Formats: sequence, structure tokens, C-alpha cells
Amino acid sequence: MTVDLHTSLGEVTLANPVLVAAGCAGAGREIGPLIDLAELGALVTRSVTLDPCAGGPPPRAVETASGLLRQTDLQSAGLQAFLATELPWLAQRGVRTVVSIAGRTLGEWAELARRVGLSPGVTAVEVNLAWPPDSVAARDSYQAGKIVAAVRRDMPRGIPVLAKVAPEVHHVVDLARAVVKAGADVVVIGHGLPGLVLDPSTLRPVLGGGAGALGGPAVHPVTLRCVWEVHAALPEVTLVGGGGVRSGFDALAMLSAGARAVQIGTTVLHDPGSPARILTELHDELERRGISNVADAVGLAHRPEGDPR
Amino acid sequence: MNQAARGPVQVQGEVLSNKSAGAYQHLTLVAPGVAERFRPGNLVALAVGGALSDRLLRRGLAVYRARATGAYRSTVEVVFPVTEPGLGWLAGLPAGAAVDVVGPVGRPYALPKEPVACILAGHGHAAAPLFSLADRLRERGCAVHMLLTATSEKTLFGALEAKRAAKTVVVATLDGSVGMRGGVAEVLPGLLAKTGSDVVYAAGPAPTLHDVAAAAEEQGAWSQTAVDVGSVCATGACQSCVVPVVGEDGVSRMARTCAEGPVFRGDRVRWADLGTVPVDGWGASRAEVRR
Repeated sequence: MTVDLHTSLGEVTLANPVLVAAGCAGAGREIGPLIDLAELGALVTRSVTLDPCAGGPPPRAVETASGLLRQTDLQSAGLQAFLATELPWLAQRGVRTVVSIAGRTLGEWAELARRVGLSPGVTAVEVNLAWPPDSVAARDSYQAGKIVAAVRRDMPRGIPVLAKVAPEVHHVVDLARAVVKAGADVVVIGHGLPGLVLDPSTLRPVLGGGAGALGGPAVHPVTLRCVWEVHAALPEVTLVGGGGVRSGFDALAMLSAGARAVQIGTTVLHDPGSPARILTELHDELERRGISNVADAVGLAHRPEGDPR
Repeated sequence: MNQAARGPVQVQGEVLSNKSAGAYQHLTLVAPGVAERFRPGNLVALAVGGALSDRLLRRGLAVYRARATGAYRSTVEVVFPVTEPGLGWLAGLPAGAAVDVVGPVGRPYALPKEPVACILAGHGHAAAPLFSLADRLRERGCAVHMLLTATSEKTLFGALEAKRAAKTVVVATLDGSVGMRGGVAEVLPGLLAKTGSDVVYAAGPAPTLHDVAAAAEEQGAWSQTAVDVGSVCATGACQSCVVPVVGEDGVSRMARTCAEGPVFRGDRVRWADLGTVPVDGWGASRAEVRR
């Protein structure tokens, strides 16, 4: 049996549901020698800011049990450099590219949307609501909605807008509802969880930026439940789930909870070859269960056992 | 070099030997494809803890030696102190154990076009990559002088091997337990004058590299310094291992030690600003300037 892995995000069809998350594959070039980027469902670029951004002070990453706490404060060469070099590099290689954008003001968001939207080689845009680190937009329905509306207004219709919200355990459904109402075509649940690690000798934060965002297998059950919750409340909304996916089964779990695609994040930082492995494993998981179309797995966990569809 | 042979590879390596070398661990891995692409100064990034590991960063280690041919095909060797559990796991691996390897990673030492005199200065185990470099420099007709420093005799690395690798060898320890007493700051200036060296190639902790860069600049020599990367994603994707480096255009940028480095021109690294984002750097936010 062959499994049809095609999935859709808004008006865009992807060859498979395995995406690499923003900030975990650079601009693609970094992991280009190690994997076939064109085989990915899509690559989400590291977030592009309007102006060049130096990022925050190092250290910017520290290991935790089954996790990685990071705070880069978005080091970015800026939109101009991205459009001049990084985006064409991806387009030349036929990589399905989701451009992650990050702004500070509604004016910046609108300009990012306008200029990215007009550039060739853009499959979709992802709105990174979690920057700057002190921003509340990723967890505040009102702020998130305002930003998504500004981006949607300036984005050509054929380019889906993905709104990436935080896995806010108590009101993720409200967040999802707000960004969809504001015009988001797809809701991505997958920012890291706020976290802190102290240095054992100094008893001060290890990261140069103090606190950070926790990703990796440690957060997988948390984001999985958020995806589950949002799909149960808003079954018509297209979801993408990210958070500690490191195997084909983890990916299948995200789909079953209600996601149409998954994002591989921290796992790519640890194992750059993992997206291809996870896709193969996902294919095998589906085949083993006699599921011939990946779309049939979406939301499966919400249906009673033994339900044929 | 053809297209396929560029950039790193990710391979399942196998431990060929794993033994202690004084204060350090000397690990040899069979890692097909890595040695073929290797140039001195490159790193390998090793995953630790095996398939069920909960440790998610790779250990970035400078390659001591790499052999593309031989009885065991492609091998790479690394030397490291066991300073944390991840490296402890590596140190405890038996022969035949599997290790996930990404390499070679990073920018290697730049080799001179002319056969010039050079000093290779290394502190402790960080001196390891200088031995591969010495071979390449000798092949080019360079006069190779080595300066090995350490805190004490116990943590000195490669003093015997240096005699084969270099024309002259100077050893110095901070406590004077072997060789001259002192570090790079005390010994390098005199050695530069005596050998008439044009280039210093260095590896060690940041303060040592800072001293190297200062001594070289003082005497009009070039310096090439390899910054220790620690734990990394190994591809440059995570942008964690950054140091402020002044570019050709005179502007400071946050450069990734595993991608743009680990080897930087010593006079380009803003040693005093390590661990910070300089407020006058490219893309430094207005908020940080205000702070």
C-alpha cells in the first residue's frame, strides 16, 4: 500500500505534512548539505525582521532534561538581505518556503507583509507573534488579532497566512479563534514554553537573556493537548502542530489530535537528518494502520475507536 | 573539490579506540566521509547519550587528526577533558559503540600562500588541532614553531609529539612545573621576535586567544585563532554560539563560531566584548543602546 501524504494549508498543497520549524534550520542553507530540503513538506525560515537585528547576548541555548531552552532574541540580517540572497537560494532549489516574519509595530508588520508577499518563491508566511521576547502578542488574543489583521490586509490572497500562537494551556482556543477571525488561514501552535535555567555555581540565569523558550520532547504532551483542544473546539480550522516531535509516531499523534501538518523544531537542531527519518516513520505508521491517505489521520483521536473514518 | 565533497556529512560513527591521555580522553572514530572533507581547524559535532538521550546539543570538538585512508578507512580523532556528563558518556564508550557524527564543521585555519615562518600556540588539550595544521604547513615549506602552554605539567598536551611536528618547541606552564613559567602573554612576544614569524595559529580558551591576538598585532604578525564552541547544533541554524567579530567593512556582527568560525582572525574578534552584543554592532537594537 502506498500512503498519500499530500496535505493542504489554506489554498496551498504540500507534498507531505512534515515541516521544519522557524529558527531550527536557519535560512535553509545551514542544513542544506545534510538533508534534501526539496523533500520537506515545507521549510519555515528563521524569522525575518524588517531591519537587521543582532540578537541577544550569549549564551543563547542551554540543555534541560529532554529539552532545549533558547533565547536568541532573533538574530536576523534584515528583510532586504533575506530577499536578496536567502529566499532566492531556497527558490532555486525548489524548496517549499514558509517565510516567518517578526515585527515590532503594526507599521513594520504591514511592510514585512507587503514586501514578502510580492516576492517570488514564497509558499506562505508565518506570523511570529512571540517577538520581541517581552511581547504579549503570542498569548494575547487582542494583540494577536490586530497583528494578523495587519498582515492579512497586505498579503496577496493566494498566500496563506499562518499565525503562530503560544501553547497557552488555559486559553489557546481563544487565541486560535482570535487569529482566525482576524484573517489567519492556518493556526500554528508551537512556540516554546517560557522557562528558566539557573547556573549551578552562580545561581543566576544561564542564558544571556535570562529566561528563554523551552522546546523539545519535554513540551510535546503540552502542545499535543493544545492542538487537541483547539481542534475539538474549532474543527474547521486548519492547524499545524509543533513541539518536541522526534519520531513518526509523535508526528502521527499531532495529526490525530487535529493538525494537518507538523513542525519539527528542536529535534532538527539535535539531529539535522531527522525530518527525512520522521517522514519515513510517519509513512510506515500510517501504512501499518491501513490509513491510505494522511488526511484521514487528521483528528482521528477525536473519533470513537473502530470508526472507519 | 567537487560539489558532493563540500560541506559536512552526518554519519553513524563507530568507536575505534577510546583511551585516556594524561588529563584528557583521546577518542578515535571511524566516520566515513568526514576525513575526506577535513581541513585543520574543522570540528566534529558528536551527539551524546545514544538514541534515547535527553541531551539535545552536540558536543563540538576540534579534530586532532583525520585520516581518509588506512586499515579502518576514514577516521577522526578528538581529545577532550571530561568536564560534564555528555563528554563523560563519550569517554566511557567501548570500541565498536555507535556515535552520531556531523562533520567536518566550521571554517578551518587559513593557510599562507608563501612558505612563511609560523608559531602554533595551543593551551592544554586545545592544542590538539595544531598537529594536523603543522603537517599541512610543513608540506607548504613553512617553518613551524610550537608553543604549548598549560596550567601545569598535568594538563599539558602533545609535548612529545610537538618535537616531531615542529622545528622548535617551547613549553610554558602557569605554575612553572615544566618549561618556562608563564602563559602566552609572557612567552609569545619573545618567541615572535626570535623566530621572525609572520603568522600565529592559536587554539585555547578566550583569554589565551586574546593574548595571542594582542602579541601578534603588537609585532605586526597575523593571528588565526580558533574559538572553543562548546555545545552546538553544529550547522549554524540555532545561532547560539555567537561572538562579536569585526568584518572587512569595519562593522561588528555576531558571528557563529560553528559556521563563520571557529577560526577567526585574532585582530577581528572583539575579545573584551565576548558574551555581549556590542551596542555599536550591526543590528544592535536601540533599546540596548539606551540600556
